[in-house]
Amino acid sequence: MSLEVLAVDDSRTMRDMLNLALSSAGFTAHLAEDGVHGLEVLEDIEPDVIITDINMPRMDGFGFIDAVRSEEKWSRIPILVLTTESADELKAKARAAGATGWIVKPFDPAKLVKALQMVAG
Amino acid sequence: MSDPMAEIRASFFIECEELLESLQDGLQMMDDGDTDSETINVVFRAVHSIKGGAGAFGLDDLVRFAHRFETAMDEVRTGRFVPDAEAIRLFFACADILGDLVRAARDEETVSEDITGPALEKIDVLVGLEEEEEEELDFTPATLSFDLDIGGDLGGLPNLPVLPDLSTFPTASETEDEITEFSPVGGAKGFQVIFKPEDSLYASGNEPLYLFRALRDLGDISVVCKCSALPDLDHLNPDTGYLSWVVTVHTEEAELSVREVFEFVDGLCLLEISPLSGRAPAALPDLPPAISAPATPPKPEQAAPTPLVPSPPIIPDIEMPNAPSAPVVKSAPIASVSDDAEDEFSLSSPNATSGSTKTTGTPTQPRATVRVDLERIDRLVNLVGELVINQAMLSQSVAEAGLPPNSPVSTGLEEFLQLTRDIQESVMMIRAQPIKSLFQRMGRIVRESSASVGKEVRLHTDGENTEVDKTVIERLADPLTHMIRNAVDHGLESPETRLAAGKPREGHVTLTAQHRSGRIVIEVADDGAGINRERVKEKAIEKGLIPADAQLSESDIDNLLFLPGFSTASAISNLSGRGVGMDVVRSSIQSLGGRINITSQEGKGTTFSISLPLTLAVLDGMVVRVADETLVVPLNAILETLTLTDGDLKALGPETHVVQIRGGFVPLLDLGAELGYRSPLDSYVGGIVLLIGQEDGNRAALAVDAIEDQRQVVIKGLEGSYGRVPGIAAATILGDGQIALILDPMDLVSQASGRTKIRQPQHSLVG
Repeated sequence: MSLEVLAVDDSRTMRDMLNLALSSAGFTAHLAEDGVHGLEVLEDIEPDVIITDINMPRMDGFGFIDAVRSEEKWSRIPILVLTTESADELKAKARAAGATGWIVKPFDPAKLVKALQMVAG
Repeated sequence: MSDPMAEIRASFFIECEELLESLQDGLQMMDDGDTDSETINVVFRAVHSIKGGAGAFGLDDLVRFAHRFETAMDEVRTGRFVPDAEAIRLFFACADILGDLVRAARDEETVSEDITGPALEKIDVLVGLEEEEEEELDFTPATLSFDLDIGGDLGGLPNLPVLPDLSTFPTASETEDEITEFSPVGGAKGFQVIFKPEDSLYASGNEPLYLFRALRDLGDISVVCKCSALPDLDHLNPDTGYLSWVVTVHTEEAELSVREVFEFVDGLCLLEISPLSGRAPAALPDLPPAISAPATPPKPEQAAPTPLVPSPPIIPDIEMPNAPSAPVVKSAPIASVSDDAEDEFSLSSPNATSGSTKTTGTPTQPRATVRVDLERIDRLVNLVGELVINQAMLSQSVAEAGLPPNSPVSTGLEEFLQLTRDIQESVMMIRAQPIKSLFQRMGRIVRESSASVGKEVRLHTDGENTEVDKTVIERLADPLTHMIRNAVDHGLESPETRLAAGKPREGHVTLTAQHRSGRIVIEVADDGAGINRERVKEKAIEKGLIPADAQLSESDIDNLLFLPGFSTASAISNLSGRGVGMDVVRSSIQSLGGRINITSQEGKGTTFSISLPLTLAVLDGMVVRVADETLVVPLNAILETLTLTDGDLKALGPETHVVQIRGGFVPLLDLGAELGYRSPLDSYVGGIVLLIGQEDGNRAALAVDAIEDQRQVVIKGLEGSYGRVPGIAAATILGDGQIALILDPMDLVSQASGRTKIRQPQHSLVG
């Protein structure tokens, strides 16, 4: 089963890498530049899982997760947070915002895929 | 297909340049007193993103520096540290070093710790952070490899129906306390996992099914669902988790691996993991239906194994190896249109709709940008050049055929001409880039040079979005650097002198760019003391550049600065006094087809103004004939053309003439003689002269035989084949296929009249 993944990150490099990792795994990658853009993309597609960065312009990751969770039709989509820190504080914050899990950057593609399957099948 | 990681790496460095740009912008805004949290966030984010990407490529030095810088910026962001001017200066310095590190990483070089170390120490002290040493890096750069056969690990497994089929679902009464051990295979290695999710686990988007699947990757599992808590349907709250599970995992893996599966739900569930005891497996409980993983084939509607073959992004169809029944993987089209790995030129469409990208099945594209190999653009530029030449040839043939101007051919040709011009301008726009990147580099020059001479200087920039040809930007870097250093070193006074003169301590250097009548004008202005003309004149006399009794106008004196070997600084500073003077600056500007001017006001400051052509590929020229040769004179150098009358000419010795023009005298140069086509003529009366204006205000009259045409010509460089030819800028191909040289009038005039120009300025010639 190929997953459809929405990846939200303001860094082009990170988007490129996510795209490569996801498409190499046979997933379909949809990319967005920040939270606002992510919400726009969500209007058009129904991803199986969302990956989002935290610190982004316009709308950060927390705001984005919050917006996704507060929309009934999206409320159950698993969301993984991309973070450079593995600090517990950050995890707690991400979880409080409604994140399903997290991936520490720089990510290992195999672990990314594994994490995605852990939350989305 | 080239290595996708190499492509991403190349694109990472392009992104880094953009991030460094916003870093500079952000710091500049902070320096200007902006304390908005978004401004600080932009700065933080830039450093953060560079660190993030660098980590992915294992660029340890860059990661290490960026990390400490980021930590400091985080202190600012959270308000724990409020930066003062000194702190911001240090941040600027760190941003510069970060830029060095990025470029060093790109070029696979290293930056000495002598540079990075002290800056880091300073920043730690300033922000009040403990000196963090290497251990701070829990951020271990992982070098990524996409060769992993993740298909083997993760794909190919049947989808396991973990949840019991509802038709066989036990009732609550039947399922009490039937927690058991179960082992389908004989071994006892493994764990028993008791897992009871809380409601919050579901709310965060977690799904037990997938966790069990992940457990199955560790080894054979059996899952028992405990549904005794399940109420009647009437009382069922869909947001409440009623179920709990006991999962037996038979694995060689350590407990940590099992625990890792539950990493995301840690704290959101009751979780007990205990090693399996060595006893023989107990009898299977009658109910509920425990499902053992390997035995169950995938349900038909759940289709096939997850296709997880590592597939290069662009190759469309891939057969799954070792999985004959698997579907063909349609790999997703890659989201950004990109070219070969050597891409280095990024084009952004200004009207790109970055938001609201409509996607129906295709991946979303982040921005309407195409990266194109610079070589391809240059090829296009060359082809357009050929087109321009071709069009000129065609026009000539049509003219020679004697067709009336209103004939369809002539009208069509007219449109063709217009289109050619439009195409040419559009193509030139592709090569154009905002001058911002160059201006930002000057910020660093100002900071470093002002620090080294103990002056306080602030750089202002304006018109950063003015677009200039990429090559012009590259070739402007050196002269502009020199001019900025000059402004800081010689132009501005020391803080004490400034205070004494009633000026603010801090000196200002202003860098502006703008389009003005088809050219780009760049100005470097300082608010210093202005040119000390007495001193300049003394110096020039001292150096024998001018006679002691020379009568010079203010502008003449200012222009002495452009003479080779001129330097007014009494002590050679380590900054601008490197023997490279403004003469070198002027010749670099001239080699770009540009001009440079000085204006200075005592006590108020000095402004250097550079005017450049928009493009280096084409110029508007006047086609002239001299001694049966066809030459092109750049139109921008010609002030006016005139026909000489008897009274205009005055002899100044056997071979020297001057032309009287509106009360002034201008040296006459015979172009044919200067270029060695013929000997000087006996008389120039009735001949045509082109009045050439020089940047320093000096002028010269070039005598030619005839003016043929005025047209756009395509510049074909000569330097590659012939080296630099004095007086000649380049060559071009005319409409009739003939090759014509393009003059460099400034060079020609300075070569020809260099000996007399300054010693005998115009007004001293009178009488």
